Amino acid sequence: MDNEKILYYGNELHDALTRRVMLAPLTEREPGITIEDAYRIQERMVSHRLDAGESIIGKKVGATSRAVQDLLKVNQPDFGFLLSGMVYGEGEAIPMQRLIQPFAEGEIAFLLKHDLIGPGITNVNVLRATECVMPCFEIVDSRITDWKIRIQDTVADNASCGVLVLGDHAVDPRKVDLGLTGMVIEKNGEIACTGAGAAALGHPANAVAWLANTLGRLGIPLKAGEVILSGSLGTLVKIAAGDNLRLSLGGIGRCSVRFV
Amino acid sequence: MALAPEIIARLAEHLEICELEARDTTKITDDHPTMDMEDAYSVQYAIRARKIARGGRVVGLKAGLTSRAKMKQMNVSEPSYGFLADYFAVQDGGEVNCAELIHPRVEPEIAFVTKAALKGPGCHIGAVLAATDFVVPAIEIIDSRYRDFKFDLKSVVADNCSSSRFVVGGSATPIDDLDLRTLGIVLEKNGVPVAIGAGAAVLGHPAAAIAMLANMLGRRGEEIPAGTLILSGGITEAVAVEAGDAITLRIQSLGTVSVRFG
Repeated sequence: MDNEKILYYGNELHDALTRRVMLAPLTEREPGITIEDAYRIQERMVSHRLDAGESIIGKKVGATSRAVQDLLKVNQPDFGFLLSGMVYGEGEAIPMQRLIQPFAEGEIAFLLKHDLIGPGITNVNVLRATECVMPCFEIVDSRITDWKIRIQDTVADNASCGVLVLGDHAVDPRKVDLGLTGMVIEKNGEIACTGAGAAALGHPANAVAWLANTLGRLGIPLKAGEVILSGSLGTLVKIAAGDNLRLSLGGIGRCSVRFV
Repeated sequence: MALAPEIIARLAEHLEICELEARDTTKITDDHPTMDMEDAYSVQYAIRARKIARGGRVVGLKAGLTSRAKMKQMNVSEPSYGFLADYFAVQDGGEVNCAELIHPRVEPEIAFVTKAALKGPGCHIGAVLAATDFVVPAIEIIDSRYRDFKFDLKSVVADNCSSSRFVVGGSATPIDDLDLRTLGIVLEKNGVPVAIGAGAAVLGHPAAAIAMLANMLGRRGEEIPAGTLILSGGITEAVAVEAGDAITLRIQSLGTVSVRFG
C-alpha cells in the first residue's frame, strides 16, 4: 500500500475516533491490505493523539484467545498503543458519548519496573521485569461498522482499543499463579462471564513476552513504567449507559466501572 | 405424583439397565408425558435403592444445572441433584473405560467434603462454609442415558442427572483463606486448554449450590451428613471425550486432578 493511502486511512480512523462515527471495513475497500500496512495505518492514527498532547503509557496485546483468533482467522495476537487520554480511575463514570459500540473485557495488567527488549524475551524475563500486576477493565471499541473486522481492520484501528480502568490492587506477580488466576465479571449484580489467566495465550506472561519479541523486531522496547494489557480472560461483555460492572481477579483484586 | 409405583419401578429398571449396559434410550417423558418432578426423583431414588440392594454404597452427592444460563434455559429456579455410587469413583490419574459408557463428557467442578451435617430449610452459604472440611478439584464424567443428550428436566433428574464417574484429587484445601468465587479453573484435553472459567459460574458462588441442595433435601426430610462428598456443579460447558483422551483439571490454589480415557 502506498504511503498516501496509509496516511489517508490513518487520518480517517482518527477522525472517526474523535467524531465517533463508524467506517466501512478497510479490508472491503482495500482487499490487498496486509497486516504490515495495517500497523503503519495504526501508527499514523496514534500520531494524531500524540500531536494533540497525549503520551504513550503502555501497550496492549489483543486477539490472545483461541476464540478470537478463530474468529479473525489468525494464529497470533496483535497489539496497540495505550494513550494517556484512555485511562479512567477505579469506580469512575465513563460517558457513553465518548464511545461508539463498546464492550468490556477483564484482563491482567502488568506494570513494568524494567525495560523488556525483544527478541529473546521469555516468560521468566517478563515476571522478573514486572513491578506488579493489577486488575484491569479494557473497554474495547471499534471504529469499523458493527465490528465487522478482519485482523487488518482491528490492527489499523489501534487494536480496537477504547478506554481502560485499572483497579486499586497491585500484587507482586511472584505471589500469584497468573495462569490460574480466576476472572469474574458481574454486570449490574449478575455474573456476565468467568474465565482464567490461561485464556491469554496459555499464561498472561506469554502474551507480554510475545509483545516484547514482536515489538523488539520493530525496534520498539517495552519500557519501565509502562502498563501492558495481556489480553482478555473471558468473553466480551456488552455495555450500555447505566451499567455497573465489577471485575474480580482471584488473588489480585477488583476493579469497578460504570457507564453514564 | 402422577405415575403408579409399578411404572416408577419399571422406569428405574430401564434407566439403570441402560446405564449398566451402556445403551442409550429416548427420554422417558415421551412415553409418560404426565410425569412430574416428584416422580422424576422417585425414579432416581428407585435406581439408588436398586444399587444399595445389590450391596452398593452411595459415596456422595452432586448438584446439576447450576449455572444461571442453564437454569434459565430449562426454566427452573433451583438446581437439580443426583447421587454418586461407589463404583463411580475413579482414582486421580486413573483410566475410565469408554466401553462402559455411552457418550461421556467431562465437567470441571469444585468438590466439597463436609465436617458437619447440613439440613434445610434455611441453609445458606455461611452454613455451608462453616460445615466444610475441605474442597478439592473434581472432574465429573457425565453420560446421559438419553440419545444425543436430548432430554428435559424431569427425564434428566430420573436419570440421576447423567451421573456416571468422577475423579477427585489435588490437595484437600481448607476454605478459610479461599475466595471460591474467583478461583480460576482450566480444563485441558490432551494438553490444550478447552474450558476456562472461575468458581462464580456456579450460582455466583459454589457454596450456594450446596446450600440449595441442602434445602431441597430438607423438603424431603433428609440431611447431608458430615463427611459427605458433594460435587457442586460444572463451572463450564461439558467437554466431549473419547478413548485416548487425557484430561487434566487445574484449579487455582487447589491443585490438579487428571484422568485418562481408554
